[in-house]
Amino acid sequence: MATRKTSRKPNASAEELLGYYREMLLIRRFEEKAGQLYGMGLIGGFCHLYIGQEAVVVGLEAAADEGDKRITSYRDHGHMLACGMDPKGVMAELTGREGGYSKGKGGSMHMFSKEKHFYGGHGIVGAQVPIGAGLAFADKYLGNDRVTFTYFGDGAANQGQVYEAFNMAALWSLPVIFVIENNQYAMGTAMRRSTSTPDIHTRGEAFGIPGEEVDGMDVLAVKEAGQKAVAHCRAGKGPYILEVKTYRYRGHSMSDPAKYRTREEVQKVREERDAIEHVRELLLTGKHASEDDLKAIDKEIKAIVSDAADFAKDSPEPALEELYTDIYA
Amino acid sequence: MAEITLVEAVRAALAHALEEDPSVIILGEDVGVDGGVFRATEGLWQRFGRDRVRDTPLSEAAIAGMAVGLAAQRFRPVVEIQFQGFIHPALDQVANHAARLRNRTRGRLTCPMVLRAPYGGGVHAPEHHSESIEAIFAHIPGLRVVIPSSPGRAYGLLLSAIRDPDPVVFFEPKRLYRAQREEVALDGAGLPLDTAFTLREGRDVSVITWGAMTRECLEAAEALAGDGIEAEVVDMATLKPYDAATLLASVRRTGRCVIVHEAPRTGGFGGEIAARIAEEALDALVAPIRRVCPPDIIPPLPKLEAAYMPTAAEICAAVREVMAWG
Ligand SMILES: Cc1ncc(C[n+]2csc(CCOP(=O)(O)OP(=O)(O)O)c2C)c(N)n1
Ligand SMILES: [Mg+2]
Repeated sequence: MATRKTSRKPNASAEELLGYYREMLLIRRFEEKAGQLYGMGLIGGFCHLYIGQEAVVVGLEAAADEGDKRITSYRDHGHMLACGMDPKGVMAELTGREGGYSKGKGGSMHMFSKEKHFYGGHGIVGAQVPIGAGLAFADKYLGNDRVTFTYFGDGAANQGQVYEAFNMAALWSLPVIFVIENNQYAMGTAMRRSTSTPDIHTRGEAFGIPGEEVDGMDVLAVKEAGQKAVAHCRAGKGPYILEVKTYRYRGHSMSDPAKYRTREEVQKVREERDAIEHVRELLLTGKHASEDDLKAIDKEIKAIVSDAADFAKDSPEPALEELYTDIYA
Repeated sequence: MAEITLVEAVRAALAHALEEDPSVIILGEDVGVDGGVFRATEGLWQRFGRDRVRDTPLSEAAIAGMAVGLAAQRFRPVVEIQFQGFIHPALDQVANHAARLRNRTRGRLTCPMVLRAPYGGGVHAPEHHSESIEAIFAHIPGLRVVIPSSPGRAYGLLLSAIRDPDPVVFFEPKRLYRAQREEVALDGAGLPLDTAFTLREGRDVSVITWGAMTRECLEAAEALAGDGIEAEVVDMATLKPYDAATLLASVRRTGRCVIVHEAPRTGGFGGEIAARIAEEALDALVAPIRRVCPPDIIPPLPKLEAAYMPTAAEICAAVREVMAWG
C-alpha cells in the first residue's frame, strides 16, 4: 500500500481546504447516519457505504465544471452529495419515501439528477462504463467541451464491456475519464485473487489510452490528477484513465461477514491514511483553521445530516399507484 | 437424515457431487474464501481446495463461456451467478453455445454444466435482486430449467442437474433459503428432472406453480380446505422440458386451473401452461383458466413489494372465482 506523500507542501488555500473538509465530512457523517438507519430497519434493500473513499469524488468534483457529467455504480451516495444533490432527497430515497430522488422506488443504487448531471447509480457491475462513454459520445457529437466522469471499481474492471468501451472511446476520441476506484476488494474478493496484473491504470495502454495511479486518500493529489485528465479530454485528445487507490472502511454492503480481511488491516488504513484526517492536519498545522473552527463545521454538518434523516423518516411512503408509473411514456 | 434448510441442502448436494465425481468444478464470484453471497458454498473451498472451488473475477460472460469449454472437455462445471439479475452477460453463452453444443456438433460434444442462481422477490431487494426471469430461459431449446421449492427437492434436483448430460439452469428461491427446515436423507439420491411434483392432492381445482410460490399455494389450499374446497397443488419443478402429463392429468381430474408465478404476467411461463391446457384439455375445463401473478411492472422496493408479490389471499380469491363456474 502506498504511503502518503504529505511531505509536499500543499498549494491550496485555506478556503479550498475548508471546502474539501466540509464536503468529505458531509459524506462520512451522511454514510454513518445511513448505516444507523439501516440498523434500525428504516432502510431496505441494499446499502453500500462510501466511508473511506471520500477524497476520490471530492477531489474529482473539484476538477469538474458546470455541465460535466458523472455516472457510477451502486456505491453512489458520496458521488451524489459531492455533485451537489440534496442530502434530504438522497436519504429519503434510502428509506424508500416519496421525497426521495426516485420517489422511493429506486433505493440506494438507483438515483439520478438531470440538474446535477448525475446519470446514476447502477446496480449491474460494469454496466455504467459503456453508458458513460455514450454520454461522452453525445457531448462530442454536440460539439461542446464537456467531460464525463465514469466511475467503477477494481472488481468491475474485470468485466468485458469495460474494454469494449475503452476501445470505442479511444477510437472516437471521446471525452470520458474512466475513474477506477480501486479499494482493493470486490465484495469478498481481494484484487490479487481476481486480477492478473496489479496496475489497472495500464490497462488502457493497448487501446492508446493514457492512465495513471493516484493516491485516493489525498484529496489534493486527486484534484490535481483530475485537472490533468479533464484538460486532456477538453483538448479533444480522447479518454483518460485514473486508477485511484482508495479503501473502504465498512463492509461491502450492510450485510458482509468481512472474513476476507483483518480488523488490523482496516484499522491501519484508518489510522495512517485517512483522507479527512489528512485535510484536518493540513488545516491545523497550516494555521488555516483552529480546533474551534473545525468543531463549528462538524456541528453544521451534523445538523444537515440530522435534517436529512428527519426528512427521510417523515416523508410519506409512495402511493400504491406508483407501482404503475414510468413504465412507458 | 438431517434437518436442513434449502441453502444447506444446496451446499450438501454440491459437496456430494464434488465428492463423487472428480470432474465437478465450482466456479463463481466469491464462492471460495467468502463461501458465496448466500453461503451456499461455505466450507467447500477449504474441503475440496481452490482448484475445484474457484473464485472468479467479476466476469459473468467469460465464466459462462469457460464453463462451456470445460464441459466440452468432459468436466462438469457448476457455476454460481450471485443473483439471477446478473446473469444477462452470461446469457449469450448459455443461449447460443451451452444450449446448442450437442445439436451443433451432432452429438459429438455435450455440455454438462449447471448454472445456479438465486431468484425471486420477497427479500426487500431492488429490481435485479428480486426478479424471476425463468421464462427467458424456458424459451431456449436444449436448455433445462429447474427450480426447487423445498430443501429435499433442492438436494435431489441439484444432484440430478449436475449428473445430467446437458446444460441446466438451476434457479434457487432465495426467499426460501432459510425459511424452513426439513428432514433430508443426504444419501446422494437424485430426484427426477422433467417431472412435476404433486404437493397436495385435491379434486376441485389444480393450482399450478413452482419455486417459492409453492408456499403461498399450499397456504391457500389449506385455507380453502376449511371451506370444503379441495385444491391440488402441482409444483412444476422443471419448466423446460416440462411434465405435461402430470399437468394435464390433474386438470382433467379437476376441470379447473389457477396458475401462480412471481414473474410478470405477459410472456410469463404461466402463458405456456395455459396454452397447453387449452390445446389438450379444453374439453375438461369447466371454468376459464386464471393466472395469479404480478402485473407487467418492474419489481419495486420494500414499501411496495407486498403489493407486487402474489399472496395466498389472491390465490384463494382466484380459486373461489373459478369455483363459481360449472
Ligand atoms: C454483473 C454483476 N455481477 C455481480 C454483481 C454482484 N456484486 C455487486 S458489487 C460486487 C463487487 C464489485 O466490486 P468493485 O467493482 O471493486 O466495487 P466496490 O464494491 O469495491 O465499490 C459484486 C460482485 C453485480 N451487482 N453485477
Ligand atoms: Mg472494489
